[in-house]
Amino acid sequence: MSLLNGVSYGLLLFMLSAGLTLIFSMMGVLNFAHASFYMLGAYFAYQLSIWSNFWVGLFLAPVLVAVVGGLFERHLLRKTHKYGHVPELLVTFGLSFVIFELVQLIWGRTPVDYRVPAELSGSLFRVFDATFPTYRAFMMIVAVVMLAALFLVIKKTRIGLVIQAALTHPETTEALGHNVPRVFALVFAGGCALAGLAGVIGGNLFTTEPGMAQAIGAIIFVVIVVGGMGSLAGALVASLLIGVMQTFAVGLDWSLAGALSRLGVEVTEHTPGASVLRLKLSQAAPILPFLLLVLVLIVRPKGLMGTRDE
Amino acid sequence: MNDRGALRPLHFRPRNGVRIVVWTGFAAILLFSPILFSSSFALTLLCLAGISAIACMSYNMLLGQAGMLSFGHAVYTGLGSFVAIHAMNRIADGWLLPLWLIPLVGGLAGLAFGALLGYVTTRKAGTPFAMITLGIGELVFASALMFPAFFGGEAGINANRTAGRDLWMNLGLSFGPQIQVYYLIAVYLLICTVAMYAFTHTPLGRMANAVRDNAERAEFIGYDTRMVRYLVLMASAFFAGVSGGLLAVNMEAATADLLHATRSGSYLLFTFLGGVGFFFGPIIGAILLVFSLVVLSELTKAWQLYVGIVFLIMVVYAPGGFSALFMLNVRRVGYGEWRKLRAPYAGMFVFGLLALWGFAAIVEMVYKLKLAAAFGTGLSVIGVPLDAAGVGSWMLAIAALLAGGVGFEWWRRRFIRVWEAGEERIAEAIKKAEAAIV
Repeated sequence: MSLLNGVSYGLLLFMLSAGLTLIFSMMGVLNFAHASFYMLGAYFAYQLSIWSNFWVGLFLAPVLVAVVGGLFERHLLRKTHKYGHVPELLVTFGLSFVIFELVQLIWGRTPVDYRVPAELSGSLFRVFDATFPTYRAFMMIVAVVMLAALFLVIKKTRIGLVIQAALTHPETTEALGHNVPRVFALVFAGGCALAGLAGVIGGNLFTTEPGMAQAIGAIIFVVIVVGGMGSLAGALVASLLIGVMQTFAVGLDWSLAGALSRLGVEVTEHTPGASVLRLKLSQAAPILPFLLLVLVLIVRPKGLMGTRDE
Repeated sequence: MNDRGALRPLHFRPRNGVRIVVWTGFAAILLFSPILFSSSFALTLLCLAGISAIACMSYNMLLGQAGMLSFGHAVYTGLGSFVAIHAMNRIADGWLLPLWLIPLVGGLAGLAFGALLGYVTTRKAGTPFAMITLGIGELVFASALMFPAFFGGEAGINANRTAGRDLWMNLGLSFGPQIQVYYLIAVYLLICTVAMYAFTHTPLGRMANAVRDNAERAEFIGYDTRMVRYLVLMASAFFAGVSGGLLAVNMEAATADLLHATRSGSYLLFTFLGGVGFFFGPIIGAILLVFSLVVLSELTKAWQLYVGIVFLIMVVYAPGGFSALFMLNVRRVGYGEWRKLRAPYAGMFVFGLLALWGFAAIVEMVYKLKLAAAFGTGLSVIGVPLDAAGVGSWMLAIAALLAGGVGFEWWRRRFIRVWEAGEERIAEAIKKAEAAIV
């Protein structure tokens, strides 16, 4: 059961990191505001679900997020391109700051009541005593369909071919008559739409609040580094790994002290490092992704599936 | 005249006299500011500005000097604060440690954590480095809440800076009055500024510049770029720790939010606004930081929105920050080109102010309606009374924004024409001067 929950969380992470990886490998820009687009998706969907219903939000919110992303790319990001990668990263950092403030301004500082629609709120099946919510299954289906579509677009269509070409040989692609800046804007908007969609289906499962971007932003960065910069397959593996790991860890109260007492060593108040040894795995769950990051960086700095170093 | 200039005609070399004037002036400002601004509020601001200046300059060692964009600088300032606060509590327990060495304790703590965490973060450069520092920052912040024994949980840890009984070690100072703390900060600020400036001239400081500009070439010459990054990060973490230690002495408390990503973000934001290209830029940034944090946040609840928008505009249009803007204008004055810019500047200022007012009015009215409607809908924006529920106020704000925006854009285009014409004349003048020397 935890495994299924973990996989569904992992797929959500992958929807986010896929867009980010795509933008990164194409433009060399790390979109710091990616998680902010995720948040925007959730808030747009909430607003649309008030005005009409959830399904309108599901389709319209990602489009709106893509429009915001496209406008940002066209009017701000593109202008910093000539200064190099650090200013590009800074401009997206500034954007995340502004989006955070605007969201607070428009929707307030407390979580909004964005709910799972009634028709999806039941439980799908039971295993022993645990139930699996229908909505999680729906989320997995949306994620898988979305990613299959993304894969098909990139591998099988003409525009996907141009994107791949612009990825590796931008000058040649431009010489062949394709508008590479427009392709970039398209990819950026597409990545934002993916983040927005993740926000639509993730926002009501978790909570839709101004802090949600920051909470998930650091984790998707971990996913990207652990998976290997610019590798989609690596991002998939790392997302699932982190998703499953975190979901399992929350349910376990193992600790080093427990392990030691099985070996016959009792940990008391006076044992050196008692606070570390007594820490339960469930308490340490929030830092597990970051510990994984440190571990991967020491053991395999290029990431799980990374091909090039630097 | 011939042989002197011909070898390095473009080399910029400040005369020693200028240097002495600048440093003496800096020391004099530090010495006399509390006499000029003697209210206790101003003194609080000065103390915070001094502490932030050390933090921002240490941040600029990474960003400006070595091109390392860090999202986790608060880790080093924050951990420095925590170790310093524990050291202060040990003094109260009877340790023989003078209080004025506490910032150094913070610095050593920063250095130690820099050595530990930097070993991981500096394995990568550029964008991956930025992402990893963010991850490490989250790791440290999350850990802080997990170990309440050291970090004090939500409440944090308190200390008392006057608790040390051995006054002879403290040079006869009790460090009770704020003014004594100010001069402690001022002395540390001066020493740290000199040390960090000296660092830019060491071989390591120069190598940091080389690694920033072209890491590949530096590596080909035979330098280990990772080692350079690691050493620079440790040096920067040391000064960050000093700043954290001073903060501990100043506030007599440390809480987990000192380690939060928001704080790291504000170091980045304000260092950049001050200007990463000039050594003194981060000091301007630190002053802006304290001003926004203390003064602007009193004026408006939406202050972070304004700061964020100013930051966005600066990144896109003036990536050198305020210090670069200032230096460019000083250069104009030096070439007698500034007079032509007066009209465009005045035009941009007036219309920019109008647009700003309109924008601020809209933001404040939205804010009033959304978050503070219970307290009535009336408000005033820079002296103009408005009613967030009234149509007239909205029309006025939108009209001001539109008129200001259009006027600003018109003057901005003129400004760019004048600016570029001047730029050409300056380039010509430089060429002529070179020709005359050769």
